[in-house]
Amino acid sequence: MITCANITKTYINGDVETPVLKGISFKVESGEFVAIMGPSGSGKSTLMHILGALDTVTSGTYILDGRDVSKLSDDELADVRREKIGFVFQSFNLLSRATVLRNVMLPLIYAEVPKLKRVEQAHRALNAAGLDSDRWHHLSNQLSGGQMQRVAIARALVNNPSIIFADEPTGNLDSKTGEIVLGTFQELNRKHHHTIILITHEPYVAEHADRIIHIVDGLILEDKKNIHKRIVHTHNAIS
Amino acid sequence: MKISDLVEETYFSLTVNKVRTGLTMLGIVIGIGSVIGMVSIGQGAQGSIESRIKSIGSNLIIVSPGAQRGPGVQVSSGRGSAQTLTQEDADAIIKEVTSVKAIAPEISRRYQITAKGTNTNTQVVGTVSAYPAVRNIEIDTGSFITDQQVSSLARVAVLGPTTRDDLFGVGAEAIGQSVRINKVDFKIIGITKSKGGSGFGNQDDMIFVPLSTAQRFLAGDTYVTSISIAAQDQNSMSDVQQQVSELLLQRHKISDPQLADFSVLNQADIVATASSVTGIFTILLGAIAGISLLVGGIGIMNMMLTTVTERTREIGLRKAIGAKKADITIQFITESVALTFLGGVVGVLFGWLLAFFTTQFAGIATSISSGSVMLAFGVSAGIGILFGYYPARRAASLNPIEALRYE
Repeated sequence: MITCANITKTYINGDVETPVLKGISFKVESGEFVAIMGPSGSGKSTLMHILGALDTVTSGTYILDGRDVSKLSDDELADVRREKIGFVFQSFNLLSRATVLRNVMLPLIYAEVPKLKRVEQAHRALNAAGLDSDRWHHLSNQLSGGQMQRVAIARALVNNPSIIFADEPTGNLDSKTGEIVLGTFQELNRKHHHTIILITHEPYVAEHADRIIHIVDGLILEDKKNIHKRIVHTHNAIS
Repeated sequence: MKISDLVEETYFSLTVNKVRTGLTMLGIVIGIGSVIGMVSIGQGAQGSIESRIKSIGSNLIIVSPGAQRGPGVQVSSGRGSAQTLTQEDADAIIKEVTSVKAIAPEISRRYQITAKGTNTNTQVVGTVSAYPAVRNIEIDTGSFITDQQVSSLARVAVLGPTTRDDLFGVGAEAIGQSVRINKVDFKIIGITKSKGGSGFGNQDDMIFVPLSTAQRFLAGDTYVTSISIAAQDQNSMSDVQQQVSELLLQRHKISDPQLADFSVLNQADIVATASSVTGIFTILLGAIAGISLLVGGIGIMNMMLTTVTERTREIGLRKAIGAKKADITIQFITESVALTFLGGVVGVLFGWLLAFFTTQFAGIATSISSGSVMLAFGVSAGIGILFGYYPARRAASLNPIEALRYE
């Protein structure tokens, strides 16, 4: 599904060149739950931006679903994001004065999905994300942090993306709620076979994935199967 | 992005902060409203001046004594300034000039009029039976002066309705009674129909007497103060004007037309001059109102730029979930066009109210042309695009990564 070959990314600011990624190669198969872990400044966010088609590489190739997306224009990248990728952010990024349903259906506007189908898809996504249906017509700023992140997860799921990127999804949540959100990702992976890439700086969070890619200073330090996977059993009880 | 979604998104964005949306729109409302209102006042003035000029007769040519002047400059054309036109001139015109429908020489001057203890000061016009035909005057009750009364020096008078009201009371029966003009008694034989209008050049405040009587008993000479000529039709007006000028130059033995001791004014010239003056007036009013429209437009741009900054993260998110540059651009332009267009609709209403109240309370005629309404809509939508474009481009060119990180 994802094939990275020797990806580098160098930011040029005036005369100063800052190499952030110095040659990253790995593969992710469909249905995997991978954590990319590294301290701040390690390049994990830059890697996520490239993998998430928000940015392009300086050199190397990145193949997503058989398509080389390493050197696409802004609009072509937008097409890739719309069709293949779902994002979950640390700070949720919901439209605060819009209802839950509207937030979840937002990507479908750009995908030009017919109106009737949108509601159906949004309901399915919200159910998969585990948000109770009595919240669906609430404004998103009336929800708790955990509920907001579930809305964000539903939004990422709504257009059936090939892959979901979660950038520090528990960063703004307390540990208990964070645990429940991580449980939601596990369930999406296990039950619905979604491919998930989790970006975090916390080893504890990374341990909820099946595989951990550890990045330090723009290089992969370690890429191994997580043999001590933490499995969250409760996934419904967000109040 | 579908049109229906674009409309929905726009509605949603504009209703998030209703007060700000309303205030921004107010700038356009006032701008468009004042353009519509001011132009309507200007056009109303133009219309009423034109119709007043036209009401003095159709296809009218007026010959006045005195030096040639530019059209529109009619001040001091009263009797006394020059005495160069005579009854014979009028007779000659009727005999020799072709395409003339009717001709009415007149002698007019203000006199103090008394009747049964009341008195007024008004214009007394000595003229002939053709006068109503030339000057579009209709008789309400009684009859106008006849040719027979002119030749017999009859002391009869026809009153304008305002004069009648002043002397005998509003709507009073005046026919058969008499008025005293310059110590001479005149018997009232008719009342003219009201033509409307007031103030300067009020055609309802007049007294008509036979020309010969006026010359004999009031003026004491045979000069006339003006000769009104009605041409057959509009096309023959300049021809008649030309013929009259040549004839009078010949009769007065003047070789250089520049030195003519009379002037021939064409009604069309008067209308054109008055129109050009009121046209400038309209443009001036419109231009002043246009400045407020411009200020309204800048208000829109200001709000849109603020919105783009405030919604940076939202823009980042929209881009992350697959919105293209064009999607973002069109969304912001639609928002600003919606603002200006709605502002334009309300503004047209506001302008209409402005015109309505101006007519109601200031008594100034106004007219809202569909052209100025269409223009207002065009301009308001144009302002939306013009002042929305820069903020929209700015939003669309945001880098999604940086936009998502924006605090």
